[in-house]
Amino acid sequence: MTAVTNAAGFPILSLITWLPLVGCLVIMLVRGDEKTVASNARWTALWTSLIVLVLSLVLWVRFDQSDAGFQFNESVAWLPEYKVGYSMGVDGISILFVLLSTVLTPICILASWESIQTRVREFMISFLVLETMMVGMFCATDFVVFYMFFEGVLIPMYLIIGVWGGPRRVYAAVKFFLFTLTGSVLMLLALIAMWLQAGTTDIATLLHTTFPIGMQSALFLALFASFAVKVPMWPVHTWLPDAHVEAPTAGSVILAGVLLKMGAYGFLRFSVPMLPDASVVFAPFIFTLSVVAVIYTSLVALAQEDMKKLIAYSSVAHMGVVTIGIFTFNVQGISGALFQMLSHGVVSAALFLIVGVVYDRIHSREIARYGGLADRMPAYALVFMLFMMASMGLPGTAGFIGEFLVIVGSLQVNFWLALLGGAGMILGAAYMLYLYRRVIFGRITRDDLRHILDLSPREWAVFAPLIVLTLWMGIYPSSFTSYFDATVGAMVQNHTAALAATTKLAGMMH
Amino acid sequence: MNWTLALPEIVLACVGMATLIFGVLRKQDSTLLCTMFTIGGFLIAGLLVLTRTNGFGFHGQFVADPFSAFNQILILSGAALASILALDWNRSQGIARFEFPVLMLFSTVGMMIMASASNLMTLYLGLELQSLALYVLAAFARDDLRSSEAGLKYFVLSSLASGLLLYGMSLVYGFSGTMDLASLHEQLLQPSSASAGLVVGIVFVLVGLAFKVSAVPFHMWTPDVYEGAPTPVTVFFATAPKVAAMSLLLRVMGTSFASLVGAWQSLVVIVSIASMVLGALAAIGQTNIKRLMAYSSIGHMGYALIGLAVGNADGVRGVLVYMVIYVFMTAGTFGCIMAMRRKGRAVEQISDLSGLAANDPALAMALAVFMFSLAGIPLMSGFFAKLYIFLAAVQAGLWTLAIIGVLTSVIGAFYYIRIIKVMYFDAPAERFDARPASLSFVVAATGLFTGFFFLFPAPVVAAAQAAASVLFR
Repeated sequence: MTAVTNAAGFPILSLITWLPLVGCLVIMLVRGDEKTVASNARWTALWTSLIVLVLSLVLWVRFDQSDAGFQFNESVAWLPEYKVGYSMGVDGISILFVLLSTVLTPICILASWESIQTRVREFMISFLVLETMMVGMFCATDFVVFYMFFEGVLIPMYLIIGVWGGPRRVYAAVKFFLFTLTGSVLMLLALIAMWLQAGTTDIATLLHTTFPIGMQSALFLALFASFAVKVPMWPVHTWLPDAHVEAPTAGSVILAGVLLKMGAYGFLRFSVPMLPDASVVFAPFIFTLSVVAVIYTSLVALAQEDMKKLIAYSSVAHMGVVTIGIFTFNVQGISGALFQMLSHGVVSAALFLIVGVVYDRIHSREIARYGGLADRMPAYALVFMLFMMASMGLPGTAGFIGEFLVIVGSLQVNFWLALLGGAGMILGAAYMLYLYRRVIFGRITRDDLRHILDLSPREWAVFAPLIVLTLWMGIYPSSFTSYFDATVGAMVQNHTAALAATTKLAGMMH
Repeated sequence: MNWTLALPEIVLACVGMATLIFGVLRKQDSTLLCTMFTIGGFLIAGLLVLTRTNGFGFHGQFVADPFSAFNQILILSGAALASILALDWNRSQGIARFEFPVLMLFSTVGMMIMASASNLMTLYLGLELQSLALYVLAAFARDDLRSSEAGLKYFVLSSLASGLLLYGMSLVYGFSGTMDLASLHEQLLQPSSASAGLVVGIVFVLVGLAFKVSAVPFHMWTPDVYEGAPTPVTVFFATAPKVAAMSLLLRVMGTSFASLVGAWQSLVVIVSIASMVLGALAAIGQTNIKRLMAYSSIGHMGYALIGLAVGNADGVRGVLVYMVIYVFMTAGTFGCIMAMRRKGRAVEQISDLSGLAANDPALAMALAVFMFSLAGIPLMSGFFAKLYIFLAAVQAGLWTLAIIGVLTSVIGAFYYIRIIKVMYFDAPAERFDARPASLSFVVAATGLFTGFFFLFPAPVVAAAQAAASVLFR
């Protein structure tokens, strides 16, 4: 039943997806006193995630960039009578998110090495389960399988926020869970409706299924409910600041780095290509929400007293740029959105880690609690500056390419859209520079800051890959864009063709 | 006559009588042996069900088909799980008597007859055999006030429901002249034969059966009986009788009244919506976990009824898959609840679960799996239960039901994840007593089924498909 006809010669996607669970089993079997268990759990988790990373690099190398469709396909019959299969595959869009997940997971495990001291075993298990769910979701080429992973993410993330989070963790965890679940169940109904219409849940087939126009709007709204909460779009973003502030550092990193991308990925994978007519109808609505998100949340970020909350609001603003890019339906806009997602995945993850560094030392995220760190922590100040600049979209860093492409793409749609969407870059510069000034410059006024230590070797190991990625993406972006060029090109072409077909149909009816 | 079709029931009844005589004649305590005989009887009956041929027996009073086999196997599994769980519990509560397994067995015989009934009279006989044993079981801890109250309450309300059912059946008989389900169906194929009196009869039948599956607005007895009855009895109440009553409901509506879908569909829709909404909202305020499970089961019956409201074989298949998954996750949840004992005394408050993850990670993980499953979160079996139901509902265009269903499942998720919150996020309370091995076995078996159902959904679904194809033809 298994069809292994991919470039790697073995079911590599399943291996990448399920290997972390093997790591979980090993961790569960560890015996001994608490200290041994903790140490073994950490090392096992790290090694598992590193092996997964290496495997995903094989994927990266063997991927055929000229092919717009799914590669490394594998498929096993699962519910044959309903034409639902466990099928996996990656195209130019999903492969980069698979890599993003596999890169960030070992970094997160390394970042929690010392900051997580209670129930280490359970923490590492949750994290590896989370990796399985994330990678599985990006690899799935069957809607039902996708949905299962998409919702499955909730379980480990709920536990990570709720068990290892801050003082208001319970509230944040429950809010996160219920917000996301409400959206997801509506998507389930849309899934079932599409399933019955197309007779299958294979994504490749669904992409070529034409849904009736009347049905498209309802489906679009149901999918929108799910993806908008995940992105998160204004006004359903309120769970995000709470979840970010209360989550442990590694939880925030994965939340900002990968989980927020799931919503935008959903728009790109389902809403836009499968429901082209409804997407066009609802584009102005999405643009409005996105522009509000960009401007409003940037202003809110300016007023924050808590470092994590500030970065959380900046994430909402950056994701607003992503949704603008997706709904421009042109190559620049969508490429820009994809690039922005990747760069935000790296940069915001790094910024949460930056906050984590000082939080581990002082146990406060309050901006006013800091000041003058440049004296004691020069290396930290340098790293912070790099990521701050990248978040603002400084040319030469990852952040610039995405925002630039999205503005170019949106200019083709509407001048005001480009102007207002671009305003986010200016406001972004304002709140990031303001944050940096208050934390890094000035005089040291607190006693405990006089003895604060600079980055440890372990922390350097955490930041080094992110620094390399940020600069690489900024200086030589085509080594990433070349992966999704073919897929995005084909997607835009299909979209235009679908719209033309509808117009023709409408013309014939008149 | 073709009496061999009823061989499983006959053998089980004989095992029951033999066990009863054995228990009476033996001088020492024989609870353990009697329970073993009972479980053995369940196993033999299960094998006989699997191997028997299909057909009608006892002059059309009794039917053996894939539908009855499916439900009987499920009933036997639920009963077996409940008897295993009861063994150690009853001993530690000082209510270990050999009558307990025997009563359970007779009740199970009644349920099996319910699943195989093809005549309104057989149906009623099975139902009463089941109920009589259940009244006694609910009040089995006779020195405990709450248990006696539960038994009495169940007796009074259940008799009322049986009365309504009987009244409905007599109306149906009076206006149609037959009690045979198949001939009723044939008669009702002519729209003219569906007189007003007959429809009123159907409504009464529906009400009586809705009481047995504890659907709103006939659910009032459920929380009190669940809370008051000894926990193994609650497990039993929550699993096997629910399956039996649901199979009756499906059988009656799906064969004899199938052609009148239009007449009863809206009624089922209302009952289903009311059950889902009440199950979700009323559970939020509960502090006793057994009461919470009672409201949860009301909600779950609401979801299962969506499948009946759909009124076709796909809907029935959804209900059957739902019942399988429901039985196993409910039995597992109650297994975890029975592990909640401190210094030999059972505790039932949700707050007693505080910090269970630190004290007993295995139990906490099992309960978390059941809770996520009850909430319908994917990868757990509960998701598939809802998936098939909603699939059937959307296919039939029952969008209102589907949308209300998914939204109430979100509300429901709130109280399920609250239990996980208590176990994982709160500070540890005192440890629970060591668990008996029988309990660990049940929890592990049902937990594995619930957690790994996603790997092999096809056999269950195929069996349900075969069973469902008998109805709504």
